[in-house]
Amino acid sequence: MTDAVQQVAAKPARTGVISWHSTPRRVATIYLPLACFVVVLLFPFYWMTITTLKPNHELYNYKDYNPFFVHSPTLVNVKKLLFDTEYPQWLFTTMSIAIAATVLSIFASVLAAYAIQRLRFRGSQWVGLAIYLAYLVPPSILFIPLATMVFKLGLYDSPFALILTYPTFLIPFCTWLLIGYFKSIPYELEECAMIDGATRLQILRKITLPLAVPGLISAGIFAFTLSWNEFIYALAFIQSSEKKTVPVAVLTQLVQGDDYQWGALMAGALFGSIPVALFYSFFVDYYVSSLTGAVKE
Amino acid sequence: MASVDIIDAAKSFGAVRVIKGVNIPIGDGEFVILVGPSGCGKSTLLRMIAGLEEISEGQIRIGSRVVNDVPPKERDIAMVFQNYALYPHMTVADNMAFSLKLKQAPKSEITAKVDRAAQILGLGPLLQRYPRQLSGGQRQRVAMGRAIVRDPQVFLFDEPLSNLDAKLRVQMRTEIKELHQRLKTTTIYVTHDQIEAMTMADRIVVMHDGIVEQMGVPLDLYDRPANLFVAGFIGSPAMNMIKGSIRNSSFETEKGNHLPLGNAPAASEGRRAIYGVRPEHIHLAGDGIPAEVVVVEPTGAETQVIVKAGGDELTCVFRERITAKPGETIRIAPELKVVHLFDADDGRRLSA
Repeated sequence: MTDAVQQVAAKPARTGVISWHSTPRRVATIYLPLACFVVVLLFPFYWMTITTLKPNHELYNYKDYNPFFVHSPTLVNVKKLLFDTEYPQWLFTTMSIAIAATVLSIFASVLAAYAIQRLRFRGSQWVGLAIYLAYLVPPSILFIPLATMVFKLGLYDSPFALILTYPTFLIPFCTWLLIGYFKSIPYELEECAMIDGATRLQILRKITLPLAVPGLISAGIFAFTLSWNEFIYALAFIQSSEKKTVPVAVLTQLVQGDDYQWGALMAGALFGSIPVALFYSFFVDYYVSSLTGAVKE
Repeated sequence: MASVDIIDAAKSFGAVRVIKGVNIPIGDGEFVILVGPSGCGKSTLLRMIAGLEEISEGQIRIGSRVVNDVPPKERDIAMVFQNYALYPHMTVADNMAFSLKLKQAPKSEITAKVDRAAQILGLGPLLQRYPRQLSGGQRQRVAMGRAIVRDPQVFLFDEPLSNLDAKLRVQMRTEIKELHQRLKTTTIYVTHDQIEAMTMADRIVVMHDGIVEQMGVPLDLYDRPANLFVAGFIGSPAMNMIKGSIRNSSFETEKGNHLPLGNAPAASEGRRAIYGVRPEHIHLAGDGIPAEVVVVEPTGAETQVIVKAGGDELTCVFRERITAKPGETIRIAPELKVVHLFDADDGRRLSA
């Protein structure tokens, strides 16, 4: 009833004015800005792809060939990357390290975030803040003391050097993300479960975690991406070529002196970004809902 | 089933004392309603009984057991929350079975109990739905079903009807009352709505500012409120209260008018007091006090009229249809047997 009244009242005002839903207005306010945004964001990917597919003589000759297009596509660079280097091995190592570090970090973060958000203990706020401060220490400073520890523990040049150091920045990050998510789950649900006879761990497992799945997934995506792209620790703690991660290996093995093998380098970067892109595209719905929404009954 | 005894219980949050030592004995199978304005501590008290808040001082007993240090899950109670607190990721059946599954009850027993609860509450066709697919009233029933399957010693309700619309609230009120008559489980129910309290309770506990103002059967509270707070809180529309003093067996208002008294309390000549009369206890009378009509609000069955008599504004509720217009004068008289007198200083009831 009230809707109908409002519509009738609103109609005369609209005539003669460009409606919000008109095509020109939508193009100007939505599609044009969006298009600019998409072009800026996706151009690097495009550049990466065409560089991968260009033969060398085309790559360095801007006068005869338009640099924005490929004239005679070739898979020489891809073949070189996959068969003349240890790229598949690097990819596998990176994947294993990222997954292991992510699982470890999510596990620790769930426990930390739950305790800080839900258990009433003196100073829980301060613990939360302290964890956040740990996140603010830049890795470029942290890697020096960490290097000492890695050496002392005999982990140098082993994947565990990375699996155990990545959580230093992943755990604070995931903990804060999960604190926010746990906060959005009504506390009454846990009180109700408590009366129903559940223990703290049962509540966490059967009530809180199933409701926090979107939050867990977005924390997982963040952690996975951060470990996948991590550079400085991977550069410092790994020496053997076959144990390197993709970001480091591509740079150290495909740049020899001042000889940049651009085609292979870009192929390496392209293939390195595909798993992350796939990962995101599968979980994009959860990811968006965890950043925007809370649990609704 | 069990009795619940609250003995000198107090609760402090830091330096703030929200429950200031209350004593409430609750009999086995009784339906007791804690009622009071928001912030009076009634929900906190309920949460103390449930074990969700620690008891700062005093004792709470369920049956013969002191439960001060017993965790909620071992108190054998069930609680219905204001927002129902249904687990959103479980179906109605799973919601109701959750506590039994935690107890690792046999599957056949779980199914039997869930089916019985569903049948009592008419939830049969909804068992496989999720809470988000239910209406407010259905969610309310599921929350109650979850309590029923536990077969607990005590039911606790924390303002369970306040999220429902007015019509549904009246219907659920009846259902909860019927449920109690059927199951006879000791029930403690918190509400801020005095109508809910009056209609459902065996006994009402009126709380205000962390203390118990009065405890008693509903009509007792209505007929003989112990103090001004209870007098003003119970009954709708609220009781008319006029300041003045007792003179020559009648009541002289501050503005110098005289109101009749049935039997003035002994040795009270000249005492400052408050004259209380409920709107429904004022009648039209040919020889009554002249009063100017301010507002007439017909509700169908009865008519609520606000009048001005001798400078004091009074609310009256008449069973008769009133044709008087604002500005006209009608004659009214209070029913003397049910006039209440309260001490002007401490608000306590004076008349016997």
